[in-house]
Amino acid sequence: MNILEAKNLGVYFGSFKAVDDVSVAFEKGRLTSIIGPNGAGKTTFFNLLTGFHPPTSGSVLFKGQDITQLPIHAKVELGLTRTFQVLNVFDQLTVKENLRIAVQRLRGHPWRLLAHEDGFSSVEEEVDRLLVAVHLQDFRHTRADEMSHGHRRHLEIGLSLGVDPEVLLLDEPMSGLGMYETGQMSDFIQELAQRLTVVLVEHHMSVVMKISQRILVLQNGRLIADGVPADIQQNAAVREAYLGKSYGAGDNSKETVNA
Amino acid sequence: MTQVDTNTPPAPARPMARRQGAMAAKFAALLAVLLVLPFIVPLIGMNVGIASEIVIYSLFAIAFNILLGFTGLPSFGHAAFFGTGAYMVAILQYQGIENTAVALLTAALGGGIAAGLVGVLVCKKRGIYFGLLTLAFGQMFFIVALRWDEVTGGETGLTGLTRSTIDLGFAAFDLNDQMTFYYFVLLVFFLSILVIWRILSSPFGAVLRGIKENELRVQYLGYPAYLYKWAAITISGAFSGLAGGLFAYYQYATYPEFVFWVQSGNVVVATLIGGGLNSFFGPILGAAIFVGAEDLISSYTEHWMLFFGLLFISVVIFFPNGIPQAVMRLTSWIRGRTGAQDADKASEETGK
Repeated sequence: MNILEAKNLGVYFGSFKAVDDVSVAFEKGRLTSIIGPNGAGKTTFFNLLTGFHPPTSGSVLFKGQDITQLPIHAKVELGLTRTFQVLNVFDQLTVKENLRIAVQRLRGHPWRLLAHEDGFSSVEEEVDRLLVAVHLQDFRHTRADEMSHGHRRHLEIGLSLGVDPEVLLLDEPMSGLGMYETGQMSDFIQELAQRLTVVLVEHHMSVVMKISQRILVLQNGRLIADGVPADIQQNAAVREAYLGKSYGAGDNSKETVNA
Repeated sequence: MTQVDTNTPPAPARPMARRQGAMAAKFAALLAVLLVLPFIVPLIGMNVGIASEIVIYSLFAIAFNILLGFTGLPSFGHAAFFGTGAYMVAILQYQGIENTAVALLTAALGGGIAAGLVGVLVCKKRGIYFGLLTLAFGQMFFIVALRWDEVTGGETGLTGLTRSTIDLGFAAFDLNDQMTFYYFVLLVFFLSILVIWRILSSPFGAVLRGIKENELRVQYLGYPAYLYKWAAITISGAFSGLAGGLFAYYQYATYPEFVFWVQSGNVVVATLIGGGLNSFFGPILGAAIFVGAEDLISSYTEHWMLFFGLLFISVVIFFPNGIPQAVMRLTSWIRGRTGAQDADKASEETGK
């Protein structure tokens, strides 16, 4: 079953086609990765799917419903959310306070103006559960801006999980992480993919090849390949477009398809 | 020279009961200070009435700070809501409605409705655009107050208001008595800030803090951020209107100046001086300093704003977190001076 679908989706900034006529359907429960060189339109594609930019053309369907014109929060209410390439958490708040904002909408009656925020056991329980799920149980009262980059990445995913999404778009969750943290994040994403439909934009090719069930390749805003990792590795167009120059011996050599 | 760290270490994890207890203690301490305030102001050569003005202005600043300090929205048009409240009280009296409770509730309602209307038009904006739009809409209210002679009295305003006697059966309180008026204002103020604190500690308040930090993230958590901003400006406007209503009684009049943009600027200045960006109670200190300085300096020179402006600029440059930060620096400097082995530390501080 297709849970999320882009139909002829495109956005033009002047004459520049950042995303150009992309049609793709995401199946429920699958981990799909989107790869492509810098500027290929991966993040812009996420922005179109989640309503950050209105598309110039095409539409977005969620469970068959056209959600193209819905505002961001309405899409999230339906079950579609994302993380950001540039970390996006509430820096001045503690981990617990961060997660509480995320989970209280569904459990804590955010319009009850005179209720105390500490007074909802269902919220507290969900925060406790999330803290374990994102492996931050030791950081409950730590302010977000006092944590390591890797932990903040986990927190950001925790925020997104707090809204009970069915589809989670992860925009470069491993950028800025060290090797050890990247490994942890890779395991974590695989855990998530057991329960959710995950769409991943990521530059760590070894991770993408290892954990993805399907890979889409974007170049200059167009979808140039779509298949299982083994096929993508063999795809001549992809090698040339995306990996050609660095394949074998470039400054990105450690990121090659076969890594 | 050793590096001196004036920042306090990160707050340790505290159980919520203790945090609430600490807040209750602060409210109690504040009440204790304000209960004796009218006995203190004459000691520094000021009229008892100044105490009422400080408390009314504190309510205005705390209401304003719901937006600035707790939602991150700089409103430069809050005089519109304050002034609407003041005019509500005056207009009702001119229509023959003298009941104080009815008048003040109408003032709050008027301030809330005015803010709600402005809010519809500004809440999709953030940052400086929000600020400039509120400034523009605020000036529209001023023009209305100035030109709609039949209702607002135009340039001369509505003067000759009366304060009623509140008769509770067992006792009657004549608000024309300065002390009685002060304690009445204090009662309204204290109940109001308890409600405001309660709202800011609710799940709703948590969403507002989220908007202050990162509005986009709040939207991606499924919250219609503009609705929360609209609710925040409406609540803020209602309490500003209530403060304005009290101010009309305090002055026995309303004037277009209550709605003028200078008034909007004053509340921004008072809030920032008090360190309101990071503090719930800060605006009270700021309002006290603002009102007190106006009274003291203007008895020496009519250019009091010049001197207050210099104070404001110094605070913003040297102590962005307001006077409380300055006091904290000073106390740590004094502590450094008294401890012998901290002499090094002290000289470092002096250099700042």
